Amino acid sequence: MAEIRLEQLAHSYHGTPSKPADYALRQMDHVWEQGGAYALLGPSGCGKSTLLNIISGLLVPSEGRVLYDGKSVNDLSPQQRNIAQVFQFPVVYDTMTVFDNLAFPLRNQGHSRDRIHQRVREVAEALEIEPLLSRKAHNLTADEKQKVSMGRGLVRDDVAAILFDEPLTVIDPQLKWRLRRKLKEIHQRFNVTMVYVTHDQLEASTFADKIAVMYQGQIVQFGTPRELFENPQHTFVGYFIGSPGMNLLDIVLGSAGIELEGRALPVEESIVAQLRRGGEGRLQLGIRPEFVQLVASEASTLHGQVDLVQDQGTFKIVDVRLDTPSASVIKARLGEEQLVPEGRVGLAFPAAWQRFYRDDRLVEIVP
Amino acid sequence: MKPYNNKAWWLVLPVFVLVAFSAIIPMMTVVNYSVQDIFDPSTRYFVGTEWYREILADPRLHDSLVRQFIYSFCVLAIEVPLGIIVALSMPRRGLGVPVSLILLSLPLLVPWNVVGTIWQIIGREDIGLYGWILNSLGLDYNYASNPRDAWTTVLVMDVWHWTSLVALLCYSGLRSIPDVYYQAARIDRASSWAVFRYIQLPKLKNVLLIAVMLRFMDSFMIYTEPFVLTGGGPGTATTFLSQTLTQMALGQFDLGRAAAFSLIYFLIILLVTWVFYTAMTHNDNKG
Repeated sequence: MAEIRLEQLAHSYHGTPSKPADYALRQMDHVWEQGGAYALLGPSGCGKSTLLNIISGLLVPSEGRVLYDGKSVNDLSPQQRNIAQVFQFPVVYDTMTVFDNLAFPLRNQGHSRDRIHQRVREVAEALEIEPLLSRKAHNLTADEKQKVSMGRGLVRDDVAAILFDEPLTVIDPQLKWRLRRKLKEIHQRFNVTMVYVTHDQLEASTFADKIAVMYQGQIVQFGTPRELFENPQHTFVGYFIGSPGMNLLDIVLGSAGIELEGRALPVEESIVAQLRRGGEGRLQLGIRPEFVQLVASEASTLHGQVDLVQDQGTFKIVDVRLDTPSASVIKARLGEEQLVPEGRVGLAFPAAWQRFYRDDRLVEIVP
Repeated sequence: MKPYNNKAWWLVLPVFVLVAFSAIIPMMTVVNYSVQDIFDPSTRYFVGTEWYREILADPRLHDSLVRQFIYSFCVLAIEVPLGIIVALSMPRRGLGVPVSLILLSLPLLVPWNVVGTIWQIIGREDIGLYGWILNSLGLDYNYASNPRDAWTTVLVMDVWHWTSLVALLCYSGLRSIPDVYYQAARIDRASSWAVFRYIQLPKLKNVLLIAVMLRFMDSFMIYTEPFVLTGGGPGTATTFLSQTLTQMALGQFDLGRAAAFSLIYFLIILLVTWVFYTAMTHNDNKG
């Protein structure tokens, strides 16, 4: 059990990195508290697995330090760090039985027979693989193998943390959901730090208390699922979290206030003043589809044509094509019971849900 | 009645012809010889199983069969573990990879009779490296007169010639193991012995099966190298099965007995290979 701290950590697979793009991980400071359930969320190739392998010690970072409970572990191997890691694809020891697979990490540590039996039974019961215990591992199906792999990660109860690298990729959706709940239960029972890497926001938010969103080798936001939804600190978080993602519109500060392709947007004067003080940079307005309101066309300065309606069962996604020169599309998410207007509509963005970004970073607005 | 279209047989015909010429016709010729006593094409007698009975009771065959089994056993016992060790210690990246691959391939590219000649010279006590060193160490080594020395020289020569094959097969097997297995083993705190025992060895099983079968069959049929090196001597110390057979067929022109011998020889190889194969794969189907 440990708190894991990353200090000015950076990693490059190049020998001599010269520009930011050479880094798989850009410099970061971060803390995973002891006993937390965390998700590391991001698209493929954003550096999630690299970060995980650095935490577990499979990879030595090119810059910075990894600290467990305040002590640097940079020079320690995964064995010495006492960490468990579950990989994306199942890794089982083919010639052993399922029982021996689960017992393997414990035997390597020299635990007593009774202790091994007790722990293996416990984990097998939690993962519902008790009937398989006496089977040879190489005859199992892919998801059974992955459960065995996960079991090997969970079987040691003295580990600093358990790291999961997209462990449910090979599992079918039904079972996926159950296993996620199982992991959550196990987390609550054993109070061990867990870091769960995934590119699926649903998976991240059902498993984790706090999610770290990674983008281009950086953690761009660390927060609860609610925080990520309501207050994306980075345009990428807005776009990546939510279904569909946040609407992002390029805006400029004109003489009349905020303008979107020449059209004035009704935004409070105090906000405009704060944005003006912030200096240069690309400005964007972000609004979640859930908060976009479709109103009568005369009630708004922003208009568009309803282009496409996707009925998702419990809600509808409406694409509105703006009648501005660029004809960009704004997505609105309407409840099942709401009527979808046809033809020309007006758009309204409630002030409470408007977010402003300068060069992709959230501009904090003081009310 | 449903009409059948049998045109597809024409497509298989070339294979039948090929197999007939490469295997069936030569084999049936041997069978033909083994059940007859043939003097010339017009003078021949059917003798049934007589040649077989005679051959099976022949002490010459017994001696060389025992010699052959001991020899093949020694070849496998040395070359397989040695090949695995060589493969495990080969570099995995960098310039060392092509260098070691080329070095290991070299013995495999030398023709059999040249290997025999090379070792005939290396084994000499006056100018040969191997013979000279052994004699300088105080060992009275002479492969031409001492049966034990002749025997070990043939064995050492085979190890020199063929361990590379086992090593290269194992190396390719090792290379195909995904990194994540090693990573998982490190996480599980496995010792390097456990990594070998539970990851590398099981993943090498298929290539080892091929290596064991190839080395068994080849060593069981060994002919050229000992023939060039020792001529089967001193006495009959290094006269293996195939040389006994050649002496019988060509030296004495005893075709009937040689044919019966050939078929028995063939069946022994088939049987032993089948035993190896079954022993090494029977675990696969167990639950």
